[in-house]
Amino acid sequence: MAVGKEIRTQIKSVQNTQKITSAMEMVAASKMRRTQDRMAESRPYADKVLQVVGHLANANPEHRSVYMQSRPVKRVGYIVVSTEKGLCGGLNVNEFRALVKDMKGHADNGVEIDLALIGRKAQSFFRSFGGNVVASIDGVGEAPQVEELIGGITVMLNAYEAGTIDRLYVVFNTFVNTMTQAPTIRQLAPLPPMESNEYSHSWDYLYEPDAAELIEGLIRRYLEAQVYQAVVENAACEQAAKMIAMKNATENAGKLIDDLQLSYNNARQAAITQEIAEIVGGAQAV
Amino acid sequence: MAMTIHCDVVSAEAELFSGRVEMVAATGVLGELGIMPGHAPLLTKLKPGPVRLILAGGEEETIYASGGFLEVQPGVVTVLADTAARAADIDEAAAQKAMEDAERAMADRSGDFEFSVAAAQLAEAAAQLRVLRMHKRRGA
Repeated sequence: MAVGKEIRTQIKSVQNTQKITSAMEMVAASKMRRTQDRMAESRPYADKVLQVVGHLANANPEHRSVYMQSRPVKRVGYIVVSTEKGLCGGLNVNEFRALVKDMKGHADNGVEIDLALIGRKAQSFFRSFGGNVVASIDGVGEAPQVEELIGGITVMLNAYEAGTIDRLYVVFNTFVNTMTQAPTIRQLAPLPPMESNEYSHSWDYLYEPDAAELIEGLIRRYLEAQVYQAVVENAACEQAAKMIAMKNATENAGKLIDDLQLSYNNARQAAITQEIAEIVGGAQAV
Repeated sequence: MAMTIHCDVVSAEAELFSGRVEMVAATGVLGELGIMPGHAPLLTKLKPGPVRLILAGGEEETIYASGGFLEVQPGVVTVLADTAARAADIDEAAAQKAMEDAERAMADRSGDFEFSVAAAQLAEAAAQLRVLRMHKRRGA
């Protein structure tokens, strides 16, 4: 019976798509757990460095780093963390939208903008959007290594130290929970003031060997840890967003199949009814 | 009971220790440091080597740090290691091999850059083995 041939092929094709999306959902779910673990593992270090740098900012160090002084802003730098692959819902789009809004705020004040991009999605976005890209890194993967990121970070830090850029931000998605990821723009340099009322009197560290070298080294380590944390967190967001996107796609495919099945059954029933009517009509005529 | 101070040891990959200790002994770039409660605020760089923790109660724990920073505050000692491992987790064979590789590379002397890399690798591997031996001696 040739009835509903097209509908049947359509159902078949949607079913195939559904198989793929549900497989991708499961893959994302298992990867999400791993990326979340990674995020949790690197958090203590980021927290402790933050604490130490916070102490440092409240001390009266004999050496004041350029990262502790704010300058009038003429040019800003953004380190943009994005995903390697798509199929993760609005994750990158939301991030870029927040970023573009922030960039526009700077541009309206006549501030120029430099970009360092991590991840292929940011690269393709800014290729069409435009913007002064000074560094770009891709292929970081799900288990990012600090060494892979350092190149791009160093370009920005050197520019900051040389006075080319006056402020540095990192843009990424924060992992709120599996359902929610929030685009975040965080200021890296100059170091945002940190509150601490622990030791309010005037004090300073003993430095071994040398205050300047130590403080610069420590602050660099802090900034690297912050960017690394951003990359790891963004990776966890990617898998969570992908999981949700694929879950929705699977559900939509299911709905589509139900609808198609219904219209297929209708068509089949109509064909049968018509055939019976024809037979009955033919029998009466005889 | 002896006075104690809170100590945190973290590396980029994991938190290795957090708790009360009687003393922290570490290898600073200017030499060995022993930090006890009441130490003045201090900030120092670390060389590859052991970080020895004497826990409240007298037990000892040894952690290998490949370099990093050590901060002393009135209430807390923080060790920010670049990479770190508990003494028991060090792979002796791998450390031995890394040391031999580094020695061979240094004997080669094909370029300045490679030499400095190899020297750093050698220092790390040697420090790892030192930590491991220390750990074993105490265990024996």
